[in-house]
Amino acid sequence: MASRESDWEGVRLHIVSGKGGTGKTTVAAALALALAGHGRRTLLMEVEGRQGVAQLFDVPPLPYAERKVAVGPGGGDVFALAVDAEAALLEYLDMFYKLGGAGRALRRLGAIDFATTIAPGMRDVLLTGKVYEAVRRKRGKGPTYDAVVLDAPPTGRITRFLGVSQEVAGVAKVGPIRSQADSIMKLLSSPQTVVHLVTLLEEMPVQETCDAVSELTAAGLPVGAVIVNAVRAPLLKQADLTAAARGRLDRDLVASGLQAAGVSTRGGVVEALLEEAGEHAARVALEKSGRRTLKGLQRPTYELPMLAEGVDLGGLYALAERLCRQGAA
Amino acid sequence: MTARLDLDAVLADPATRIVVCCGSGGVGKTTTAAALGLRAAERGRQVVVLTIDPARRLAQSMGLTALDNTPRPVKDIDHSAGGGLHAMMLDMKRTFDEVVLAHACPERAAAILDNPFYQSLSSSFSGTQEYMAMEKLGQLRAEDRWDLIVVDTPPSRSALDFLDAPKRLGSFLDGRFIRVLMGGARSGGRAYLKVLGAGFGAVTGALTKVLGAQVLKDMQTFVAALDTMFGGFRERADTTYRLLQAPGTAFVVVAAPERDALREASYFVERLGEEEMPLAGLVLNRVHDSSAGSLSAERAAAGAETLEETGAHPVAAALLRLHADRMRLHAREQHLRGRFTAAHPRVPVVDVPAQPADVHDLDGLRAIGAALGA
Repeated sequence: MASRESDWEGVRLHIVSGKGGTGKTTVAAALALALAGHGRRTLLMEVEGRQGVAQLFDVPPLPYAERKVAVGPGGGDVFALAVDAEAALLEYLDMFYKLGGAGRALRRLGAIDFATTIAPGMRDVLLTGKVYEAVRRKRGKGPTYDAVVLDAPPTGRITRFLGVSQEVAGVAKVGPIRSQADSIMKLLSSPQTVVHLVTLLEEMPVQETCDAVSELTAAGLPVGAVIVNAVRAPLLKQADLTAAARGRLDRDLVASGLQAAGVSTRGGVVEALLEEAGEHAARVALEKSGRRTLKGLQRPTYELPMLAEGVDLGGLYALAERLCRQGAA
Repeated sequence: MTARLDLDAVLADPATRIVVCCGSGGVGKTTTAAALGLRAAERGRQVVVLTIDPARRLAQSMGLTALDNTPRPVKDIDHSAGGGLHAMMLDMKRTFDEVVLAHACPERAAAILDNPFYQSLSSSFSGTQEYMAMEKLGQLRAEDRWDLIVVDTPPSRSALDFLDAPKRLGSFLDGRFIRVLMGGARSGGRAYLKVLGAGFGAVTGALTKVLGAQVLKDMQTFVAALDTMFGGFRERADTTYRLLQAPGTAFVVVAAPERDALREASYFVERLGEEEMPLAGLVLNRVHDSSAGSLSAERAAAGAETLEETGAHPVAAALLRLHADRMRLHAREQHLRGRFTAAHPRVPVVDVPAQPADVHDLDGLRAIGAALGA
């Protein structure tokens, strides 16, 4: 499937973040598909309780259990899991501590509620803890999943979300929570992990992407690729774009063109089209400067096209294919 | 037919004291809040805009250079109608510190501020932002220096978190778990455990096992220190919650004409209804329209094809392609909008056209404000 070697050999955990509205869930899903090459298993995890993955794959809302949701274009299996903090805590307590009656009492006392909803940060610890567990889980001699893709919180919160274990380490100097937090941090800052950032070619998402790269780098977290989503090809040549931006396209020429095309020019159609061309030119110019800024980040950069009809399952496969071709998988 | 949301009427009504802008991330919430604040100020109201996490250039456009938790006057606005505009960025750590200092005696306050639990809680853990945004709103309202407060809500994983914050705090304060954590310090803790059939020792033993002795001790100290200020803390959370329900508040749900954003908006509208929060309506941002709406996508595409076959008039062909794309986008957006209005026929909606570039000055905000109000 992949026409060249992947840029991410040895990476087991792909964390996908991006400014809200850039399509990070779509990109995470497409990446999970792309990574499901022949005989491979990938797990797509979501942690924000939005059930975005189920909607993308057109399956019923995901329970707290790993479900196969799709077969990758390369023939591998894609599983999905919507992580729920409360379920993750109960599972964790069961797995590591035999609390018996005291554990039940804790639950009835509202300690579980406390831990997952009130103690700020605890939720993030549990969610990253579950991601850690999924990455490390074994099936036979190999890992259960060849790759785990995390649809992570948006760029505004990503460094805090991933760094939460470090925060815990600051609070818990010793003890079991500390060692759990240390192991999570070790995985997240290891070469097995990368954080990909999804962006659009618009000012604010580009700015947030740059900010996220500096924040993640400062926190010792490995930045992966920059994935530019919803890219539209410019329809005009550069000279015409410049003219359109300045309102200098030849009105009469356009009008005679429309007539040749059999399109009525009544009702101010020519002026309206010229205005639309001007907006298009302004956008292309902004996109150009956005690309230049992103290039300065010196990260592998993949571009995904705008899907004219919105994102459906077929569109996801098309995006997965684009990711493979550009070296993401 | 869905009514048009008349935001000018909302802003002009002296009874409107708080406008809350909410919606999922990336839909232009902060810009909407700033534009509404500016428009209200230039139409005669004394306004303060509370932003949570503004984009740098938007903040600069309002003269905000530091995250200093203090309302700063916005310069270069039109004061001729007698109004004024302040803007501030929320500093959640500082807001939290102020709450502690206001509610605990100096000794206790110092103990709390030094506790490692408090330091994490107040500065870096997510969730705190929601509490503190509501706290700050309550403070600004209590100050009574402004007749209109416009609030931008935090970029939460769920746009609803900030609504739950006061309630969560309330249930935490009532929590049985707190009583147990406090052990003998608070009456009823031990007795309560007996009812559940577990000894106090067994539960603290379990906690020690999971958390470690030192964490448990820090946590207990922290909770004990907070104990004295709980009353005031809780009262304020309840007051703010009631303030949000009061008729002087108008919730404005912001969305973009995209599937996910509108789904969140739907959910939000329903939740506001359940909580009996006063909803003004929906702002639909970044809508694509065309002044050549009579030329359909199909006809434009067919025309472009005709020209492309002959190779003549490449510019006209490209313009027709552009227009066809735009009309298709317009149709998709209208379809999504229609789904929302069908499900919520009584929610008024106002459309704001997509701007070719991001807003980073007061004129840009004015243009958005005009689209919101007119």
